[in-house]
Amino acid sequence: MGTCGIAAGAKKVWEAISQEIRRQNLDVEVRQTGCLGMCHREVLVEVRIPGQPKVIYGNISPESVKRIVQEHLVEGRIVKDLVVGMEAEKGTLLEGMPLLEENPFWSKQLRLVTRNCGIIDPDSIDDYLKAGGYQSLRRVLAEYTPEEVIAEVKNSGLRGRGGGGFPTGIKWESTRNAVGDRKYVICNADEGDPGAFMDRSILEGDPHAVIEGMIIAAYAVGARDGYIYIRAEYPLAVHRLMRAIDQARERNFLGDNILGSGFNFHLYIKQGAGAFVCGEETALIASIEGNRGMPRPRPPFPATKGLWDRPTNINNVETYANIPVIFRIGASEFASIGTEQSKGTKVFAVTGKVKKTGLVEVPMGITLREIIFDICGGIKDDKKFKAVQIGGPSGGCLPEQHLDLPVDYDSLISAGAMMGSGGLVVLDENTCMVELARYFLQFTRNESCGKCTPCREGLKRLLEILNRIVNGKGEKGDLDRLITLGSVIINTSLCGLGQSAPNPVLSTIRYFRSEYEMHIEKKFCPAGVCKDLTTYRIIEEKCKACSICLKHCPAGAITGEKRTPHRIDPEKCARCGICLEKCPFEAIVRA
Amino acid sequence: MSVKCCNQQKKKPKDPDIEKLIQKYRETDGGLIPLLQETQDIKGYLPREVLEQIAEGMKISLAKVCGVATFYAQFSLKPKGRNTIRVCTGTACHVRGGRDILETIGKQLKIPDGGTTEDRRFTLETVACVGACSLAPVVVINHDTHGQVTPEQIPCILDQYT
Repeated sequence: MGTCGIAAGAKKVWEAISQEIRRQNLDVEVRQTGCLGMCHREVLVEVRIPGQPKVIYGNISPESVKRIVQEHLVEGRIVKDLVVGMEAEKGTLLEGMPLLEENPFWSKQLRLVTRNCGIIDPDSIDDYLKAGGYQSLRRVLAEYTPEEVIAEVKNSGLRGRGGGGFPTGIKWESTRNAVGDRKYVICNADEGDPGAFMDRSILEGDPHAVIEGMIIAAYAVGARDGYIYIRAEYPLAVHRLMRAIDQARERNFLGDNILGSGFNFHLYIKQGAGAFVCGEETALIASIEGNRGMPRPRPPFPATKGLWDRPTNINNVETYANIPVIFRIGASEFASIGTEQSKGTKVFAVTGKVKKTGLVEVPMGITLREIIFDICGGIKDDKKFKAVQIGGPSGGCLPEQHLDLPVDYDSLISAGAMMGSGGLVVLDENTCMVELARYFLQFTRNESCGKCTPCREGLKRLLEILNRIVNGKGEKGDLDRLITLGSVIINTSLCGLGQSAPNPVLSTIRYFRSEYEMHIEKKFCPAGVCKDLTTYRIIEEKCKACSICLKHCPAGAITGEKRTPHRIDPEKCARCGICLEKCPFEAIVRA
Repeated sequence: MSVKCCNQQKKKPKDPDIEKLIQKYRETDGGLIPLLQETQDIKGYLPREVLEQIAEGMKISLAKVCGVATFYAQFSLKPKGRNTIRVCTGTACHVRGGRDILETIGKQLKIPDGGTTEDRRFTLETVACVGACSLAPVVVINHDTHGQVTPEQIPCILDQYT
């Protein structure tokens, strides 16, 4: 029951199941889990009967609950038409039932960080312990010196999953080496990228993994206190984290003299108050200190001068969640996954115009095509793939020719995008790339803190030009202006927000230049998104005068009678495109 | 003669709930933001006299308190409606028609983004991303997330909130 599952109706399903079990007086335990990542089949219900294959049902509504309870729990028959997959020992499988591991959505994934998400009850520390939780911490405290911990993290090759990809071990080392009486570790859980929700899912599905990673980090860098800076927009994640921290404290994984090792560590939650720029580490620190979340120039880096001017290690949620994995499977095993320069796995939030939206964890180096087409089933409604937007507002749009690009930090940057936190928004032919760039600019411009001039003024001007273009008032030379101004903003802004904000504009110009030119020169939006640049026309020869378009037109712009071809009044037309969608004879075109 | 002098004007009584909060956060490093958050939970918004009380109690300037209160999207200096509608404008919601949803709600309630209806029933806001992208477009009303919303569903959804 993650946020998305609950939004899809998981609470109602939960109530219906509990009620039905009570009514029939069955000896069945109902438990919750976090998000399994299969958002496109929510609500998911798993049935486990000892000695029988584990069955996962998908798209469950309160109405279908009765069937599952009656047929599966009471009569022992699997409800075949609702099954998503089964996990079974050889021989116990029923004929014709899909095996979970053979489901293409799973077979190409490698779930290390999200291994417990959707499996364990996130509110139960015992569930986490049963799944091997806190074993890495026990081992670290018993067998490793802090220096050895750092060496192990370095050997694993782990790079920061927040987007920049800085080597984690080196970051830890500089905090350890920094001079200061008190040190801090901070978890950046301010995932504000539109289109990304992997951190939320990890926090909601397996909060103890993040906490365990933070404790190990604190031990390595010599910190006594830690903060999780989390968005207030994620109430469920905040709630689960709070409970997890209490539980960890009760079991002495947090607090004084942890597990008798003499090591003390205290962990607190700080809720963000809604500012995208606080994802930038120096701005985040300012916000924890109770100030406006404005970034400051680096160096000095937080590792030497961070929270209250003391040495501070900041990593993102997914980075910390990787730490217990490294100490569980060993640094060399971890380093064997992925590519030469990017080790381990990456969790992606795949959304947009794709058939199977959800959370996928894959080894680094997998291609975009494998993620989008093999795992996520390709484009919705069988439309044409146009581009994939990767890395949120800091990232870029990659067209079809880059689908075979291996996904790792460096190849994405060379293609003009970046990993960001791992949001993948798939775009089809009905997306206008100019309008999309404008959308991102609007977002970053709204979120700019206004401290430095290039970002404050530059983004405003960039947005003005883009607004002009989508409104049909683009001028010759606008493209050059966008490119020049964009490069200046990238080179001169103070923090990561400004330095990356023009990326969506520059990457769309790089790969979809002709679409910009059509907007500027021909005053035409090929995707039919920009309303000022789109008109609809009925082709007389094809029109069968069926009046379907006329009935559906919300603006009353279509006229015509039986046996006479219909017409659209361009003055009245709201350019919603409903007529084009409804016409059964393809008689309506965009011009 | 009843000439009022500002010095003689009685000071407004301090809000005891807020005073308690100030005591709680006075010694906490970085306590201003959680203090404002909890104040807004009680009051629904941040009225000027409360901001003044906080500045005085925390021994910081009113300018700093206002500076923080206006920087973060979560804080409101104006009273809000009984129900807050937050339309997600994240990328996934955007490409799946979030704009139309915002427009439809705005038209039905006759308020702009950020506005509150006259009867204080609704406040309409946009939010950058609520992280439920797979259910795009998403509308969050109070604490309920509505996924895969279509413009036709909106009257029915709004009817659930009084």
